[in-house]
Order: sequence, then C-alpha cells, then structure tokens
Amino acid sequence: MPAVQETVERVKRIDVDQYRYGFETLIDSEKAPKGLSEDIVKFISGKKNEPAWMLQWRLEAYRRWLTMTEPAWARVEYPKIDFQDIYYYAAPKPKKSVSSLDEIDPEILKTYEKLGIPLREVAMLEGVEPKPGEEDPARRKIAVDAVFDSVSVATTFKAELKKAGVIFMPISEAIREHPELVQKYLGSVVPTSDNFYATLNSAVFSDGSFVYVPPGVRCPMELSTYFRINERNTGQFERTLIIADKGSYVSYLEGCTAPQRDENQLHAAVVELVALDDAEIKYSTVQNWYPGNSEGKGGIYNFVTKRGDCRGNNSKISWTQVETGSAITWKYPSCILRGDNSSGEFYSIAISNGFQQVDSGTKMIHLGKNTSSRIISKGIAAGKSQNTYRGLVTAHRKATGARNFTACDSLLIGDKCGAHTVPYIEAKNSSATFEHEATTSKISEDVLFYCIQRGLSQEEAVGLVVNGFVKDVLQQLPMEFAVEAQKLISISLEGSVG
Amino acid sequence: MNVALVKTGDGRAVSDLFTSAEGRLPGSPAVAAVRRQAFETYERLGLPHRRIEEWKYTDLRALVGEVLPLAAAPGAAALSRAAEAVKAHAFAGAGKLVLVDGVFAADLSDVKALASEIGFTTLRETLEKQSGDLLATASTDAMISLNAAMATDGVVVSIADGAQLSAPIQIIHVATAASASAFTRSQLRIGKGVRATIIESFVAAGAAAYQVNDAVLVTIGDNADVAHIRLMDDAPDAVNITSEIVTVGANTKLNFFNMTTGGAVSRLQGFITLAGEGSELAVNGVNLLKKTEHGDTTLVVDHALPHCTSREIFRAVIDDRAHSVFQGRIIVRPDAQKTDGKMMTRALLLSDEAEADNKPELEIFADDVSCGHGATAGALDDSLLFYLRARGLPEKDAQALLIQAFVGEAIEQIADDDLREHVIGIAERWLERRS
Repeated sequence: MPAVQETVERVKRIDVDQYRYGFETLIDSEKAPKGLSEDIVKFISGKKNEPAWMLQWRLEAYRRWLTMTEPAWARVEYPKIDFQDIYYYAAPKPKKSVSSLDEIDPEILKTYEKLGIPLREVAMLEGVEPKPGEEDPARRKIAVDAVFDSVSVATTFKAELKKAGVIFMPISEAIREHPELVQKYLGSVVPTSDNFYATLNSAVFSDGSFVYVPPGVRCPMELSTYFRINERNTGQFERTLIIADKGSYVSYLEGCTAPQRDENQLHAAVVELVALDDAEIKYSTVQNWYPGNSEGKGGIYNFVTKRGDCRGNNSKISWTQVETGSAITWKYPSCILRGDNSSGEFYSIAISNGFQQVDSGTKMIHLGKNTSSRIISKGIAAGKSQNTYRGLVTAHRKATGARNFTACDSLLIGDKCGAHTVPYIEAKNSSATFEHEATTSKISEDVLFYCIQRGLSQEEAVGLVVNGFVKDVLQQLPMEFAVEAQKLISISLEGSVG
Repeated sequence: MNVALVKTGDGRAVSDLFTSAEGRLPGSPAVAAVRRQAFETYERLGLPHRRIEEWKYTDLRALVGEVLPLAAAPGAAALSRAAEAVKAHAFAGAGKLVLVDGVFAADLSDVKALASEIGFTTLRETLEKQSGDLLATASTDAMISLNAAMATDGVVVSIADGAQLSAPIQIIHVATAASASAFTRSQLRIGKGVRATIIESFVAAGAAAYQVNDAVLVTIGDNADVAHIRLMDDAPDAVNITSEIVTVGANTKLNFFNMTTGGAVSRLQGFITLAGEGSELAVNGVNLLKKTEHGDTTLVVDHALPHCTSREIFRAVIDDRAHSVFQGRIIVRPDAQKTDGKMMTRALLLSDEAEADNKPELEIFADDVSCGHGATAGALDDSLLFYLRARGLPEKDAQALLIQAFVGEAIEQIADDDLREHVIGIAERWLERRS
C-alpha cells in the first residue's frame, strides 16, 4: 500500500478540529422510558415482535445481570455509571413501514452520506453515473447494514447476497425469520452469564447484524455494518452474530461514530463468531466513537465483548481492529481454538490521545490439537491518555502442538501519557510453544531529525513514523478500510506533538 | 478487583493461633498493638486466593489451606540437627547468621567473627527495646501483614558507609520442627559506598511439612555494589512464602539472584524500588521444579527516578506435574525518563503435565524510555537432543546438559566465581535427583 505518500497528503489536509463525525442529526425518534426494568426488557422485545423464547432468554439475562457487579480490574477510571439514567431503546420514528431505501427518512440517509457510507447501492446497480469524486462503480461492492441508535435502518445488496445463499440481515429480523439458526447459535460463544456488560447486552440488545454463510460458499462481497449513536442519553447495545458454515468464507467490516456531546454515553455490544470446519471469518473494525473533547469531557464508554469460536477443524478467525475513538475502551476480541488445526489472529492498532483510556487486547484459548495463534498489537499513547494491552494466551493439557506468537509494541508520544502491557501466558503441556515479546519506546529523535532535515514538518514526520509503526496491522485491513484507518490515525494524533 | 471476601475456616484457625501465640511474640506493648493491627489486616484479607490479582496463579487457599501453629523454640536436639544442616549448606568463608525454626541461634552463628563495620542485633532485641517500626510496611499484602503480626525473630544487620566486605554474610534459615510454621523478619541496612555479598539460604534439618513466612527489608545507600543471592532449598513438602522489600539508592549496583529447588509451595515476592538516579539493577532467577511442586517468583521493579537500568533474566525448568509461575512487573514512574528496562522469562516444560504461567508486565508513565520483555514456553529442542544423542550421550545426560545450559544463562549473572560454582552445584544436585 502506498502508505507513506498518502499519509503526507492527508496530514496536510487535516482540519485542526478533529472529530469530523461529531454532528447530530435531528430526527424524530421513539424512545423507551428511561431506566431498566423487566418492563423495559419486555418493551424492547415487544417492539421487535419477538417470539416468546427470545423474551424468556432476555429476561433470564436481566435477572442474572441484577446479581452481577461491574468489573473493576481494567486500568480505566470513570465515575460510576447510573444504569437507570440511560435510555435503553431509541429508534427513528417510523413514518410508515419501510419497503425500499427511498422511504427511509432522508435525514438518516444524509447522515450516512456525510459519514461516507454508500447506502444507495440501488442507484449504482441501475447504472446511474456516479458524481465526480464519488464512488467508483468498478470498485468492489460492499453490502452495508446501517444501525442508527438502536435499530437497523437499511441493509443493502440483500438480493444479490440471497442469490449466493448468504443471509445478511438485522438480527431482529433474523430472530423472526431464521429462529432455528439464531436459537442454535445465539449465546453459544458469549453466554448470557459471561460478564456484566455482555449480560446487560443480552437483556436489552435492540439490533445488530446477523450473517449466515452456508457450507462451501465464499461470500461474494465484503459485509459491513455501520453503527451510529445519535440520540442523547441513550446506550447502544447491538448484537452481532456471524456463522460461517463448513468450508465457507466471509469478511466483515464494522465502523462506528457518534455525535459530540458533553455527557458520556454507553456502548455495550456483543459480537459472536462461529466458524465450523474449514471455515474462515475475517472481522475488521474501525472504531471511531466520539472520544470526548480536549478536556476529557464527554465521549463514549465502549465496553464490548467480542469472541470467536473456531468450532470446527481447520477453521480460522481473524480479528483486525483500529481503535481510535471512545473515551474508554474495554474490549478483548478473543478466539477459542476448539477445532484441531484451527487458528486465530489478532491484529490491533489502539491509539489514544487527549484523556482517552484504552484497555484492550485479546485472548487466545488453545483447546484443540495443533492450533496456532498470532497476536500483533500496536499501541500508541499521546496526550494524557492511558493505553493498556491486556492479553491471555493459554494452552490446555490436550492442546498438543499449540503455537503462539505475540508481539505487542507501544509507542509513547509526550510525557504525560502511559503505556502498559499485561500479558498472561499459560502453558499447560510441554508441546506448546509460546513466544511473546513486547517493547515500549518513544519515537527515536534520530529518525525525527532525519525526516525534519529533509523538509518534513514535525507533525508530518511523526505521521510518517507512526504509519511505519502500524504498517503490519494496516496491511491486514481490507483496502477500503485501510485508507479510512490511515486517515483516522493521522487525525487522532493531531495536536499531540509539540 | 472484587475483594469482598468470605471468611473461611482457615482464617479462623489462624485467629486462634494468633491469640495463643501472642504471649510468645517479643515486643513492648506498643509493638503488640502494631502486631494486632497487622493481624487485623491479615484477617480482613484472609489467605490470598486466585481472585486476588497478585496471587492469581498461587492460590494459597487451595494449595496450603491453613497456616500451621507456631513452631516451638528449638531445644538442644533440634539445635544439634540444625548444626549439621548448617555445616552442609554453609558457603565457605561466609559469616553465618542462623535462624532455627524462627529463632536466632547465637551458638551456630559467627556474630563475633563479623567484620567491625557490621552492626548486628536480632529482631527480638530490637522489638523489646524500641517501637514496632520494623513491623510496619506500606504493603497491603496479606502475607506480609501476617508476617508482621507473627514474626518471632530475625537478623538486623547494618553495614557502615564505605565498608568493603571481603567475606559474604550468609543468613541460614533452618527448619527442624515438622508441621509447624516459622515467621521471621530481617532488616539489612547497607550504607553508602559499601561493597558486600549477602546470601540467604532456606534449608531443612529433618523437618517435613513445615511452613516458612519470611520478610526482608533492605535499604542500600548510594554508590554501593551489592550482590544478594537467595537459595530456597526447602524440604519437598514445605511451604515457603518470602517477601523482599528493597530500596536502592543512586549510582548503585545491585545483583539479585534467587533459585528455588524445593518446597511443595514456594513464592518469592520481591519489591525493588530504584529510588536514586543512575543505578543498575540485575534480577535473575531460576526455578527447578518437579513432582507436584509449585514455585512462584513475583518481582516488581519500580523505576522511581531517571537514568536507571534494570535487567531481569528468569528461567524455569518444570518436570512431572509441577507448576511454575513468573510474574514480573516493570513500573516506570512519570519522572523516570531515560529508563532502560528489559526482562526475559523462559520456561522449559519437561513433562506433558507440567504447567508454566508467565505474566510479564510493563507499566509505563514516562515517554523517553526503552523497555521490553520477552517470554517463551516450550519443550526441549528435539534437534539439539538428537545432536547430542547422535554423539553417544544417553538421553538423560543429553537432557541434563541442555537443561544446564538453559538455566546457565541466569546463573552466569552471578559475578563471584566461587558463589556461582556453589549455585551451579545445587542445580546439578537437583538434576541428579531428577534422573
């Protein structure tokens, strides 16, 4: 990828005020009453016309949640969250039932347009000429599921996906239309009792994406979900479930933004991936929730549970994440390597600036024989932020031949930030081979001097070095995201030098 | 962390133990108050268990269950047995300070022969004359609090500024009483510009199933050069929990080494603070574990000031169903610019039921630093074994050779030739016992 030149160009064009996605869309919305109770859970379930088993599932989760306490082990600090002061359901008010894209509130469409999310694939398919500078019709197609506050507003390319047998729809629809699949897999990777936020999500999740790729199918296009929090005082709780049946392949992208607000908003999502024999799932995230202003006010609390289960032999799950947003990130995309010869990957760039706090990492749990995993984590801390990598690699007794390689590097920009590494490495049989390395350093002054001496400004030079630092991970992203991610990285570090 | 603890049966057992032992614990009424307070802290926390992050891999509730009653003061028979053990484990030329079952044994020690720059007294005397300062630490660790409450004796050594000691000081802990516990607490005050070698040994004299809880408070002045070697060679069914709290001055060299070759459950927790600029710290360790032994080395190196260097090399060899734990944390405080910290931990698993848990941590608050850690776990390299066997070595010998090379990387860091040979000797004996 021509990373270097592009970065330099981008750095030049960056606006001084950073968060480009901080606008708010004024649309009518329908909210559940504030707070959480069994009635709210029933209300959400009722809104979605869910079958009785689903409501039961939610209520069980809710009752269990009442008995749980918030986890406090992560290196993040925030005032106690009042879970009764949040709206658990907000939906754009439906004018009438929506059957095509044109009937969606034009304000919402505009929002996604501002974000650069192409929902109007209809027009493209019909051969309408794109405006200059807009999407190139020749580029690869991406099916998008857009989630606005609590509900999915549009899913594109449905027809084409259907031809291939791929099911890609909001999970609320999947619960009604494919209950057998949902019932079989929902909660099988992240059980309702898993952790405080996952249990909360199980009780109140309102929407999210559902993907099922049938045996032997290679999903014909990238699937993508774009999450947007718009309403004030709401929490967003989406649930994503992706199942790759035997021998299938799917690549899934996720992006997130939110308006700039002074109060903190909660985002507690759950993502479950299931890969059966010989299947592969590639899951990429560019997380750019509002990180708060320069005094650390506002921003999203991003408390997410993501886990993939390599259930079948020879299966593979790969997580790639670029974390630049959120006031607080608490997120550990993990792989359970259950099938023999299965493999897991985790590529991460976590950038924190201002007062952001990141506690992120992964878990690689080796259960099957000859399983392998690879972790590449790049943390960049600037401003007054704290950036922690926390990871677990474990090989159980029967996981003979397990193999792991971990490299986690941290880069510090400025002397007010902190970078921390907390790996747990547990080898329980002698044939497991684990290698772990971690480094923490600042940008070498020699390198900076070299760049500046050749005419780059300080900021450009830092951008260049940072891009080189994260290159290993950026290369794992699908092309469309790599460009966006690179742009984000330079924006996130804006103002961190000098 | 969730520390809302349920009081367990073993907590109460200690409670009885404390009240029954209180009469035997030395110290003025003021000291007794400090003890009671420390005990209350312990009682509130209870025996550490896996939900306490620092003790995640060493769950004393599961591994030990209860703290045994205080060992009786050693009688003549015990002392003569201890004398044999001391003879067997003494390092030639060292000035010996011997603690038997938690009580200082003057007859077995070389107090009179100590160099004139060395001031010596016991914890018992200090507590009886002075306040309970020696029992107070900033730590909130349950086992350190328990130690403060129960410590019966220990050595209090101060080395005057500028002393260049030619002979090492060896503190030998001997256990003679079975099914009892010994609580010792020692202090080493090492002055400015001192050159010294301190050895601590833990050995058994016929005792089985005993428990040791030792705490050592060390302060080292500026411009000193100190080697501190610890050898935990306990009986196979013993429990040994040791805490070392070390503060290092400026421009000082400290070479710290620990080797564990015995004990059903053992843990060394070292808290080393680099509180002066320009110091060089080396912390190295070896765990040699077999059967169902559990050996834990937990090190916290705190870079509080700029321009310090720390190097940690740790090796674990784990056979049978043994379990080795290494937790190493490097903290770099906001002002500690130009810190250079490196840590390398490697575990060698010789059996399919062996377990190695590594948790190397970096906690960094300053930007102009260079820190790193590495961790590996794996079996012996088959191709190396094959090479040696192809040259006619029996499998056990080939393994022994490779294991020696593996732990050698840590042992080699001991600068003194005789001392290094002494340590290699202990490691070799362990290897012989294995085959």
